[in-house]
Amino acid sequence: MESQILTLVTFFPLVGIVLIMLAPKDRPDTVKGVALLVSFVTMLLSFWLYSMFDKVANGMQFELNVPWITSFGINYHVGIDGISLLMIVLTAILTVLSILASWNSITERVKGYFISMLLLQIGMIGVFCALDLFMFYIFWEVMLIPMYFIIGIWGGARRVYAAIKFVLFTMFGSLLMLVAILYVVSAYHGFANEYSFDILKLATMPIAYKPQLLLFGAFALAFAIKVPLFPFHTWLPDAHVEAPTAGSVILAGVLLKMGTYGFLRICIPMFPQATITYLPYICVLALIAIIYGALVAMVQRDVKSLVAFSSVSHMGFVMLGIFALNLQGVEGAVLQMINHGVSTGALFLLVGMIYERRHTRLISELGGIVKVMPVFATLFMIVTLSSIGLPLTNGFVGEFLILIGTFKANMTYGVIATSGVILSACYMLWMYQRVIFGKITNPENEKLIDLDWREKGILIPLVVLIFWIGIYPKPFLDRIEPAVRSLLTQTNMVREDIGEPAFTVETDGSLSGMTAEDVNLNSKGEVHE
Amino acid sequence: MVPISAYLIVAVVLFGIGTMGVLISRNIIVLFMCVELMLNAANLALIAFSRSLNIMDGHAFVFLVLTVAAAEAAVGLAMVITIYNNRESINIDRFNILKW
Amino acid sequence: MSDYLILIPLFPLIGFLLNGLLIGRLSRPVVSTIACASVFASFVTALLSFIELTNMPASARLIEQTLFAWIPVGELNIEFGLLVDPLSAIMILVVTGVGFLIHVYSTGYMSHDKGFGRYFAYLNLFTFSMLTLVLADNFLLMFVGWEGVGLCSYLLIGFWFERKSATDAGKKAFIVNRIGDFGFLIGMFIIFWQVQSLDFAEVMARAPHAFIAGGTLVTTACLLLFVGATGKSAQIPLFVWLPDAMEGPTPVSALIHAATMVTAGVYMIARTSTLFMMAPDALMVIAIIGAATAFFAATIGLAQNDIKRVLAYSTVSQLGYMFLACGVAAFSAGVFHLMTHAFFKALLFLGSGSVIHAMSDEQDMTKMGGLKKYLPITYWTFLLATLAISGIPFFSGFFSKDEILWKSYSSLYGHPIFWVIGVVTAGMTAFYMFRLVYMTFHGKERMDDKTRKKIHESPRSMTVPLMILAVLSVVGGYVGMPHIFGVTNYFEEWLSPVLAGHEPPTHALASTSGGGAGTEMLLMALSVLLVLIAIYTARLFYNKKPELATALRGKLTGVHKTLQNKYYIDEIYTAVVVHPLIIVSIGLWKVVDVIFIDGFINTLALLYDGISQLFRHAQTGRVRSYVTVFVIGVVGILGWLVMR
Repeated sequence: MESQILTLVTFFPLVGIVLIMLAPKDRPDTVKGVALLVSFVTMLLSFWLYSMFDKVANGMQFELNVPWITSFGINYHVGIDGISLLMIVLTAILTVLSILASWNSITERVKGYFISMLLLQIGMIGVFCALDLFMFYIFWEVMLIPMYFIIGIWGGARRVYAAIKFVLFTMFGSLLMLVAILYVVSAYHGFANEYSFDILKLATMPIAYKPQLLLFGAFALAFAIKVPLFPFHTWLPDAHVEAPTAGSVILAGVLLKMGTYGFLRICIPMFPQATITYLPYICVLALIAIIYGALVAMVQRDVKSLVAFSSVSHMGFVMLGIFALNLQGVEGAVLQMINHGVSTGALFLLVGMIYERRHTRLISELGGIVKVMPVFATLFMIVTLSSIGLPLTNGFVGEFLILIGTFKANMTYGVIATSGVILSACYMLWMYQRVIFGKITNPENEKLIDLDWREKGILIPLVVLIFWIGIYPKPFLDRIEPAVRSLLTQTNMVREDIGEPAFTVETDGSLSGMTAEDVNLNSKGEVHE
Repeated sequence: MVPISAYLIVAVVLFGIGTMGVLISRNIIVLFMCVELMLNAANLALIAFSRSLNIMDGHAFVFLVLTVAAAEAAVGLAMVITIYNNRESINIDRFNILKW
Repeated sequence: MSDYLILIPLFPLIGFLLNGLLIGRLSRPVVSTIACASVFASFVTALLSFIELTNMPASARLIEQTLFAWIPVGELNIEFGLLVDPLSAIMILVVTGVGFLIHVYSTGYMSHDKGFGRYFAYLNLFTFSMLTLVLADNFLLMFVGWEGVGLCSYLLIGFWFERKSATDAGKKAFIVNRIGDFGFLIGMFIIFWQVQSLDFAEVMARAPHAFIAGGTLVTTACLLLFVGATGKSAQIPLFVWLPDAMEGPTPVSALIHAATMVTAGVYMIARTSTLFMMAPDALMVIAIIGAATAFFAATIGLAQNDIKRVLAYSTVSQLGYMFLACGVAAFSAGVFHLMTHAFFKALLFLGSGSVIHAMSDEQDMTKMGGLKKYLPITYWTFLLATLAISGIPFFSGFFSKDEILWKSYSSLYGHPIFWVIGVVTAGMTAFYMFRLVYMTFHGKERMDDKTRKKIHESPRSMTVPLMILAVLSVVGGYVGMPHIFGVTNYFEEWLSPVLAGHEPPTHALASTSGGGAGTEMLLMALSVLLVLIAIYTARLFYNKKPELATALRGKLTGVHKTLQNKYYIDEIYTAVVVHPLIIVSIGLWKVVDVIFIDGFINTLALLYDGISQLFRHAQTGRVRSYVTVFVIGVVGILGWLVMR
């Protein structure tokens, strides 16, 4: 059972898809019920997974490695470490909440919508489980299609533009990734005389420095678009603004994490030297994203696009934490991936709730809402505070770890990044003030009804998570730590090989003068075995 | 013994007639028949080769082609009837809605 | 026996949760009982810990409690740990004691407000955060309280959320505080980077080895921490939020913006005094900023007509004094003034609240006057506090202020200039405070009849806290009398284990003339004399001969206008920081995002579209034309193959 559980968690939503297909068209409630039930069971399965996870053990757990297409060495290889574990749990929770949030807002093509949601879930969990590049790529693309439909069919006025933009951006990246995957596999064939798509095996292969640079570039571009890193972020505001609430929640909560997850799972372990070469550039882009996202968020008129730009800023923090390449930075980054999913997910849910009532998201149309919707205002406040990283909420723990890690790695980056903390307070509080406080100037806001039980039920789990991670993050940090340690052992070894002290970041381009043979990775880096 | 080239010449002629028919004809039914003509030209060539080389693969292919042709005719004629019901015409040049 | 420490912050937290979660379901008496009782319980617990401390030998006065590991990552191990030592003991007593009185006062002051439950929930949350701040045993937990009080301040300033000015002020307070926190965070990072720990005890123990005394790093770290303090404690250049914070309910101003939260910066510096002693340059900056703020805010206070704004600037100015004390390494004097200031400034604010309450929410002093006979209790308590803040001998403010003035003169880090600024500021303080008293309580009654009819003394729940605070304002200073009076300075002695070794040696100037005692007496007499002159002038201008004040104002219109408009600092900040930031942001969005990046993408798409437009005409829709092309193609390829 133990080794099949990942397969079960991944593909359980398939049951829902089949059932929904069989359900009659004129009974939307049955469809919704099935979708909710199936996603709920998936969530329980993910909790079970969490409880069985051994937090002390190193390496992958619940591994299953079955040959699939043997002539190309493609295996059905799944397994998780602490990072993927938390992402899977987050995905499962957010899917349930998204389905609940779509309960009343989706009235057309209900079957298609919920099938898309469940298919999306398969894709997302699949990516986090996959340890085979082929599977990784397939699940990666599986996510894309349902999201395209969710934005393109159930979205707002400019949904087609947004959906196509989303797909084209992502496809552009993932095709480059495909090329890079094929290159890596053929290189492995030359190295070990067998074909393999296995991520763990491929990571043990030494790759010459020059190809590493290209390969890292190809993968990094695919992931950076997904994150999204400045300047590849422009698809995000459009996609968020046009997507239905649940789409935004999943998009911000999980899909963006795919990018950072890819960096952690593929880019850094496979191309450690290229990582160190590219590091300053990525850090600078991340810093630009932090400041730029915050500034642009400040002047948005639409609440959703404000939150979208704030995502750009927050994901900049995550990228910075990852590329601090020390324990605090990377652990903070992983925790912040969860945090961002929780907080921004909650923000989109809240914005969706107000949109369902008022059919507008323009800040200027709102105002004085606290008077008619006090519960909404309170929950909105808590989520806002978590988003700006107030201590004892989740945002603080992640941001603090990232900042302290970055600071240790490079003081200048740390100082610049910390200034993002001021800006986040500016844009969030300003938005909150204009939306929630003040007198009700627009008569339409006077008859708004406060949240009902369904809506409270959606938000309360997220609020609980906000405080839990903020006050007692230890269980999460404990599970992340072994995974991060093994990642860092590997990159540090590379740093020592090329005569660079561990835990410092000043690269002065000394690598660029070396020939490919000089920097051939030795095979010490087999930490996964 | 008739030389194999004779069979092949007949097949080429048949195929050419079929092709020209497809290019020139506007009537869907005629067009269909021309396609059948081309298929049978190919069949003739296959049989001829099969016989002269004494390998039975050609025969097998011919049966396959015959089956496919029959299926195609069935589906095709059904479509023609539907089209006629919609447009009251079987002039192929009037069905150009699938353009730029 | 130390596991009861958690109770101190826990009681207010429980009060907050009860009042917050059951909002609208509890009756007003229940709400106020929960709120007051929780703070009182925590006061009693604080008192217990204080007694436990006094029973310990002086050098070992320390109670600690570690709750759980909060953020354990590698060598960074931050625990949720509380700590009571002589310094935090004073702070928790002030916070819970004055806090309790203000809670009681609020039950009367806010009794007609719609947001009664919300108000007390926030107030309890504030008490919880403030206690976390002072009880924390590491920098990060202190930062939790630090930001927590900022949040409560934000919520309470914007308590009347329908007023745009109130929510603006709240937002401003939070953001300005965040700017300070930015410094605090980076200071903390430097410390962690060098010391590998954020625990106070460990940092203080390892700092001498980890840092070079007087070196750039420790100076930078201290200055950055001080940036945090300027934000929270409203010092130049980040003081702008405090006067605006008066938009909140008056008891809030008393609790947060006078007695407790704004003094957090002083507490933080006293707490980390070991570090600051290693950075004399940072100390000098603190002293200069403190003195400048004290002086500068006092000048603004001279020309304000809003009763609460006068008190607000007075608070800024008094906080400047405390920082001046810290800057000359007289940390215990700073904390002493913190305590006495908490008493008399809370009393002044509560008294002004009583006035505002009586005047039907009028805050403009030009519309008051002669209130003495209507509000006797308020008047007498207010007068006592005014005497205390002015530094009239044998009131509490006199002892603490004199201590600071003397230290700023005699300390190794001091300078006679600091003393001069301090004394002049003391004179101005006396002047504007008595101006306030005369304008409010004496002279002609300038209010309209409608208001006059409604004037009434406040209910018992409000006047009793006033009286208790008045007693404290009078006697609060006797714990820290100067040595020249031939008594022990209990306060200094009490704090000496925490701030041990930091009492600066007096420099040559002070010790030449008869061991300093003579000089100290002389300076004290001088400052008292100046204060008396100032009071007399205020009496002359605002009571006896008001025409003199008018004439003077006529002569100095420019100066008066500048002062009344607070040197146009807000306007300058708006023009220099806020507007450019917004313009740049809009520029980034409209130019970089829309024109540059999206423009590039959309142009690419259009290009592709154009090419497709060109080729689409090949699709005629005619089957026969497709077949023709196909046949030509096949023939062509076959021909090419044959001809080859």
